[in-house]
Amino acid sequence: MFEIINNIKRNFKYKDLLRQLVTRDLKLKYRRSFLGYLWSVLNPLLVMIVMTIVFSKLFKRNIENFPVYLFSGQLIFNYMNSSTHLALGSIVDNGALLKKTYVPKGIFTLAKVSSSLVDFVFSLAALFIVMIVTKAKFSLTLLFIPIVIIQLFVFCLGLGFFLAQAYVFFRDIKYIYNAITTAWVYLTPVIYPMEVLPDLVAKWVSRVNPMYFYVSQFRAIVYDGVLPDEQLIMGGIVSAIISILIGVLCFRRSQDRFILYI
Amino acid sequence: MNNNYSSNKMSVEAINQHKNSSDDIMIEVKDISVRFNLSNQKIDNLKEYFIRLIKRKLVFQEFFALKNVSFNVHRGESWGIIGSNGSGKSTLLKVISGIIKPYTGNIKINGTVAPLIELGAGFDGNLTARENIFLNGCVLGHSIKFMEEHFDEIVKFAELDEFLDSPIKNYSSGMVARLAFSVATIVNAEILIVDEILSVGDISFKQKCEKRMEEMRNKGVTLLYVSHSIDEVKRICDKVIWLNKGEIKMVGNAVDVCDEYIKVMKR
Repeated sequence: MFEIINNIKRNFKYKDLLRQLVTRDLKLKYRRSFLGYLWSVLNPLLVMIVMTIVFSKLFKRNIENFPVYLFSGQLIFNYMNSSTHLALGSIVDNGALLKKTYVPKGIFTLAKVSSSLVDFVFSLAALFIVMIVTKAKFSLTLLFIPIVIIQLFVFCLGLGFFLAQAYVFFRDIKYIYNAITTAWVYLTPVIYPMEVLPDLVAKWVSRVNPMYFYVSQFRAIVYDGVLPDEQLIMGGIVSAIISILIGVLCFRRSQDRFILYI
Repeated sequence: MNNNYSSNKMSVEAINQHKNSSDDIMIEVKDISVRFNLSNQKIDNLKEYFIRLIKRKLVFQEFFALKNVSFNVHRGESWGIIGSNGSGKSTLLKVISGIIKPYTGNIKINGTVAPLIELGAGFDGNLTARENIFLNGCVLGHSIKFMEEHFDEIVKFAELDEFLDSPIKNYSSGMVARLAFSVATIVNAEILIVDEILSVGDISFKQKCEKRMEEMRNKGVTLLYVSHSIDEVKRICDKVIWLNKGEIKMVGNAVDVCDEYIKVMKR
């Protein structure tokens, strides 16, 4: 325990580096693009419109206000997807730097997951636009959004740490993880309502799929305007803790060997 | 490593006071070895890994870049490290600056280190010089506030005022080196690690760098210097380590070791 506190203290002076890395990511993403940060809002909006046109017929009877239903799920899943994919390459991509100066290595992974979070917050604006346009009701439960975001952030960070260190040693993790996320999105009720799943699959999804916990919590707050079930919150918190523990442990165990492989 | 942040703020006078008491050890290297994996086919994917695991063909071909190296550097001394290519000079510097963990042995550093190992490592080609100064400063562990205070000084030393807002990828390598050197030496570090960086840059800048290093040395900074130019080492350093295939071949006064080195090399 004492060692951990010491560690945090020692790495605290790098907090400005974290800030620099996050702003670099954001700046480079939108530099020299005409619409700039507006892309963070427009991009999910455009995808949402296309998907609404395609899928709304399919689930018309089950779901009212399909755009908000779809969009609320999609935002959460997209954050997980993009942040972990970026985190995966965070160590290898900064290999040149890690070979030449001493920097706490985890900071690059943390920076990627954080800059995705900023993007995510921007795209919340798009969600509110959709809610206004579709005349959805805004309820006070929206104030609970940060609680879901914190759980999700910790979960993604843990997963990101695990992937980043694994990718240093095994480069085909990238393709494997791609396949996993593709399957994952279909096993999470993002596009479809939970009821269309066969009972057995639904039972498993609602018990072991962490993304189900986060998507459902977020949807309860935004779409239904109610507080999420305790079970969902518990599930979300436990998944986040397990993820961060495994991620940090694996990362710490292998970080001294990174230099030999990047 | 126990380089403490607070020691960074040590005043110049305090360092000067210490200058003459050469009995305090700044760098203590004790019996370190660094091991690399040198297998002919590097396995970097799971598929290959499992195939080889099943076939029992997972070989670990080891290679020692450093073998049982020990020495002590006292405050205010300047050490040169010489040896042919691949003798482990850069690896040694990397171990000292904390980039590589030694396989065996241990190392103790008392003070802040400013590593000038391959300049511009922290630069991002797509960012402008102004942004890179801050990014690179933070990579070296400074705060944004510290960088703001020293920004003008850095720009002035690098003489790059006109190009501050153009992306670094359009810079020449000499210009990048100037900028990197200015950023790296801004701090009042107690240990300066220099790995053959002065070879880029024009003569006037080279002289400027040497002058700056000289100033730092006068303040009592400890210097570790790698170079292939023996004359330079003789001029700058008091002591020299001669590395050969990862082992110390000779340690001693700069002039003695350099003369011996040249004698052997010419043979």
